[in-house]
Amino acid sequence: MNKDMKILIVDDFATMRRIIKNLLRDLGFNNTYEADDGLTAIPMLNTGNYDFLVTDWNMPGMTGFDLLKHVRADPDLKNLPILMVTAESKREQIVAAAQAGVNGYIVKPFTAAVLKEKIEKIFERIQK
Amino acid sequence: MSDQSEQLEDFEVLLRDLTDELVKEIERGALADAVNLLQTINDARNKDLYQQVGQLTRALHDAIRDFQLEGRAAANQKGAFSEMADATDRLNYIINLTHNAANRTLDKVEECEPIARNLGKEAALLRNEWGRLIRREMKPQEFRDLYRRIDLFLIETELQTGVLGGNFSEITLAQDYQDLTGQVVKKVITLVHDVEDRLVDLVRMASKVDRITGIQPMNANKKTEVIDKQIPEGPVVNAEKRGIEIVSSQDDVDDLLSSLGF
Repeated sequence: MNKDMKILIVDDFATMRRIIKNLLRDLGFNNTYEADDGLTAIPMLNTGNYDFLVTDWNMPGMTGFDLLKHVRADPDLKNLPILMVTAESKREQIVAAAQAGVNGYIVKPFTAAVLKEKIEKIFERIQK
Repeated sequence: MSDQSEQLEDFEVLLRDLTDELVKEIERGALADAVNLLQTINDARNKDLYQQVGQLTRALHDAIRDFQLEGRAAANQKGAFSEMADATDRLNYIINLTHNAANRTLDKVEECEPIARNLGKEAALLRNEWGRLIRREMKPQEFRDLYRRIDLFLIETELQTGVLGGNFSEITLAQDYQDLTGQVVKKVITLVHDVEDRLVDLVRMASKVDRITGIQPMNANKKTEVIDKQIPEGPVVNAEKRGIEIVSSQDDVDDLLSSLGF
């Protein structure tokens, strides 16, 4: 796993973005950027050459679920690994996210260990 | 509410009595008296119903006004509540308070992090040198350097652990929002309950009106909670009561995903 990979963190709460950013830094990922919803994330993704997307689900403007579907439908972005970190915990939502092509799903509140494990798993699977 | 239902019962008793009389008057052929009785029934009905609707409306209005007054009274006592005349402001206050607390905590943690890292790093370096000293691999000049470094390290450790301790107590203090937000949330819950109680009264009252007037409410049997899985709602509360299937832990999420081939 490349520790210099470029990561976009999308969450409408600045505090949550900060927590995820700090946790990623502790895991050795320093190349992180932030967006506060899907609408601000898309132009960044289009031009930013990102390697990994960490997104919340429930956001005003454009939700993380819509962002997920948008990315998978875009020929230039469709292979971008996406980790969803969200308080949405209904079974049918998780199934819907999986069907839409999410690479990992973490329910809030979460721990640093879970974040680490999921990121490792995602990149392990991609490298295979 | 009890005197309102009593009034309704009074009306039913009155209706029953007067109807009996009405039938008798009609049988007797006293049409003018019968019409008068009908008028009396109508008056009683209007008086009772309008009075009760009026009372309930006033009660609801009072509940809302009381809440706003309470907010204003609180504003005079405590500066912090000055712009909190309604529930929305109260809830926004909570968002701000929790936001500030989280940032204050994260600021302090970010301050502590490099301190702890540097102390650890220096300790590791010194331990390495110390090992060389024990194994007698050290030249006298190196030993003098080590001597000085250990002294500096001890001073630095004493100083920096003081800074860490200070930050820890600030982190602890930043959690004081729980108390303040708890109080505000309780107030909002009380308001919601008040309004709900009065609305329930109003609904109960309306159903009595329906019963007496014989009006069938529209869509009376269409009462279902439609859940759209695509619409996010944040943390789910009362999932069981609402018949929603949720995952209770990250392990559940992982099990679900692996059952889908992840």
